[in-house]
Amino acid sequence: MTASVLAVRGVCKRFGGFAALSGVSLQVRPTERLGIIGPNGSGKTTLINCISGSARADAGSIDFNGVDITRLPAHRRAHLGMARSFQIPRPFFSLSAAENVLVPIEYVRHRGSLHGARDRREAMALLEQMGLADKADLPAGALPQVDLRKLELARAMAANPTLLLLDEVMAGLSSAEVDEVLDIVLTLNQQGVSIIMIEHIMRAIMRFSQRVVCLDAGQIVAEGTPAEVAEHPEVRRIYLGA
Amino acid sequence: MRGGNRFLAAAVLAIITAVALAQVVQNEYFFFASYVVLQFVVLATAWNILGGYAGYVNFGSGAFFAVGAYTAVALIKAIDAPLILQLVAAFVLSGLLGFGVGALTLRLRGIFFSIATVAVAVICETAVVNWRFVGGSRGLAILQPAAPLWFESYTRFLFVVMALIAVLAVALARYIQISWIGRGLRAIRDDEDAAECAGVPTLKLKLAAAALSGALMGVAGAPFPLYMSFIEPTSAFSLNYAVSALAMPIIGGTSSWVGPVIGAVLLASVQQIVTVTVSSELNVLVVGVLLVGFVVAAPEGLLGLTARLARRSGLARASIRTPGDDTGQHPRVAEAPTDAGRP
Amino acid sequence: MTPELLIEAVVAGILLGSFYAAVSIGLSVAFGLLDVPHIAHPAFLVLGAYGAYLLGRHGLDPLLAGALLTPLFFLGGVAVYRFYHAAFERRGSDPGLRGLAFFFGVAFIVEVGLILTFGVDQRLVEAPYIGKSLVLGGMRLPLRMLVPFAVALALTVALSLYLSRTFAGRAIKAVAQDRTALSLMGADPVRVKQWAFGIATATCALAGALLIILGPVEPGLGRLYIGRTFCVAVLAGLGSLPGTLAAGLILGVAESVVLTSFGASWAPAVAFGILLVVLAVRPAGLFGR
Repeated sequence: MTASVLAVRGVCKRFGGFAALSGVSLQVRPTERLGIIGPNGSGKTTLINCISGSARADAGSIDFNGVDITRLPAHRRAHLGMARSFQIPRPFFSLSAAENVLVPIEYVRHRGSLHGARDRREAMALLEQMGLADKADLPAGALPQVDLRKLELARAMAANPTLLLLDEVMAGLSSAEVDEVLDIVLTLNQQGVSIIMIEHIMRAIMRFSQRVVCLDAGQIVAEGTPAEVAEHPEVRRIYLGA
Repeated sequence: MRGGNRFLAAAVLAIITAVALAQVVQNEYFFFASYVVLQFVVLATAWNILGGYAGYVNFGSGAFFAVGAYTAVALIKAIDAPLILQLVAAFVLSGLLGFGVGALTLRLRGIFFSIATVAVAVICETAVVNWRFVGGSRGLAILQPAAPLWFESYTRFLFVVMALIAVLAVALARYIQISWIGRGLRAIRDDEDAAECAGVPTLKLKLAAAALSGALMGVAGAPFPLYMSFIEPTSAFSLNYAVSALAMPIIGGTSSWVGPVIGAVLLASVQQIVTVTVSSELNVLVVGVLLVGFVVAAPEGLLGLTARLARRSGLARASIRTPGDDTGQHPRVAEAPTDAGRP
Repeated sequence: MTPELLIEAVVAGILLGSFYAAVSIGLSVAFGLLDVPHIAHPAFLVLGAYGAYLLGRHGLDPLLAGALLTPLFFLGGVAVYRFYHAAFERRGSDPGLRGLAFFFGVAFIVEVGLILTFGVDQRLVEAPYIGKSLVLGGMRLPLRMLVPFAVALALTVALSLYLSRTFAGRAIKAVAQDRTALSLMGADPVRVKQWAFGIATATCALAGALLIILGPVEPGLGRLYIGRTFCVAVLAGLGSLPGTLAAGLILGVAESVVLTSFGASWAPAVAFGILLVVLAVRPAGLFGR
């Protein structure tokens, strides 16, 4: 039995009186593509926050590649191979696009080595892959939303993760751009990266995921293949009101 | 690295100039005044490492300065320590103080770190006032040793020492700024959470910056008792240090090592001239007003203003493909792609 | 320390504590509810104290002076907030370093301005009740402490009730929680915040008067009160006004006991110490939201 890349067990998170997550458990196998869907406010981003370390779970445990990361700060989880994008892009506004990508390269990918021309070349290569090479020296604050989303993805990829957490990375993209990003993400997956993707764009989730999990009000209400989840009565109720 | 070589050359030139001036200039007051200006260069540069690069505002720079000064005094009184030992001890003790304050508050929101620096200033001053060994509230007279060989007076010697410290401090700040460390600090300043997720060990970096910042302020303060031939709490803990250390980088520009130097040289020189002609409180008030003015109207400081002017006239700039931009202003894609035009 | 001395210290601490609550409620509103890094709040306090001193020179009772200055301070607060909002809040999400530096600059300008106008010497007011004491159950209670105690209590309770019972007050609490929802309900968040900041500054007029009744003031006093006011505001739980009273009492008693045991010079350190402990152990404070 292959060990799971990620094992989330019984995670709970409260904000004051509000229970954002009530006992969420899921597993991600190596190189698996997991999609997470659910209405707004169901706790999807909070779950990603707890996994990546931006938030501390109140109860439950999280294992990453066999290591208990429940109490680890976010940067240590990044060093262990986790990377995430944010729902609303959060670039380092005063840094250039290239410098934004340099940071995870210097602090994760080539952590502990001498930093120089090689890091810069790899940063430029990533920007080229995302079509941002001509904007490399612009401050991130000057980039349009679409480019910021691509920068988010580039920054996540720069860390050479084994687990990638994508939070609505395709929001606001055109149909062609959605396909572009999907191709990049699928290629990454073929190279061995496990991916959790939160999305509202149904065709993207259905095309992308091997397994889908549906969250509602802080709990998992459906789990299975995309086809199974699409047919699930709870999911139909949430999305169609039927 | 061409920028680095140019800087090294400038640094060596600066030190040689300082030594030469110490031999040649007749007017003793020149050295008194210049020492103060150089001292503020160190203070402003030290402040900016934590304030400008990482975004954490120290309101109590006077405490770190004074801890350096009083460490020197204690060593002089206890074992008649040589200057170099005073400098090292001040570096260590003020550095520990910076680390301590950081350890207590850098996990929290920035404003609590700032309040803690006010606390440290109040507590340190109280402790020193009650410590009779270093003179308490009445102060202590310090005997200047004989001027070393080649120097006409001890003050000239201190002037050269401070010039050396200033060059080292600025070199350190510059290295941090253009290195991966500086990128990490700026990432922390822009978005700490995102920096964590990008692998930046935010707490460790902040603590290192706080410790280094405090340590350099201590070194700026260590020669102060010898310079004044006297030490007492009111002048050592003067609010002027706290405000100036903050105002000089903000006026000069916080994004680069150049800003604090410009701000310190301009402001300290003006202060030296003005204090003679106008009351020292009015002079300090002007610093405060300038601070508020720049924070509101020109947040990128004088550096930012000149950079904006340079961009408008189409000067080429360095880019990520060539190493570090010394102004710290946003590196731009050159209109005529060359390596020329670096400031 | 003898039991009698301890009881005296505690009683003095309670009197002092209510005063600390009063000088901190403005900060509970400005920093706790509005999230403004108002490090200049104690400077405004000292300004209020000097205002009472100035009017006192014309024979006005300090409490009356404080009351008269309240509308002036209210308008001043509104002006300051409007400026702060236009210069910093509108530009982006977090004013951060600039906002903090701005208020530090303002506090500094106030302090130096006071030094230039009044000098560094201590100033005090005179009133019929200062200098007299009430003897209650074998203890001397100086009126210069009793009066601030009573007025502070009244001020804190009044402001608490205002925030929870009136529409304007509830709007202020609402804007602290969710400004978008508030604007959807038809109230302009900026106007609500500016009103709140005005009230916070207005309290400095009366609280400043209490400050100078309690004892002499000098321009540097603001810095000591940075520790005390932030300690109370944070210990209370940012934005909780009833908490402010409890926190003030805790600080007052702690300071009083330390003062009796170790002397006056260490008393200011108590506030900073408590603040650091609270931030380390329970940053939400006693009644934090």
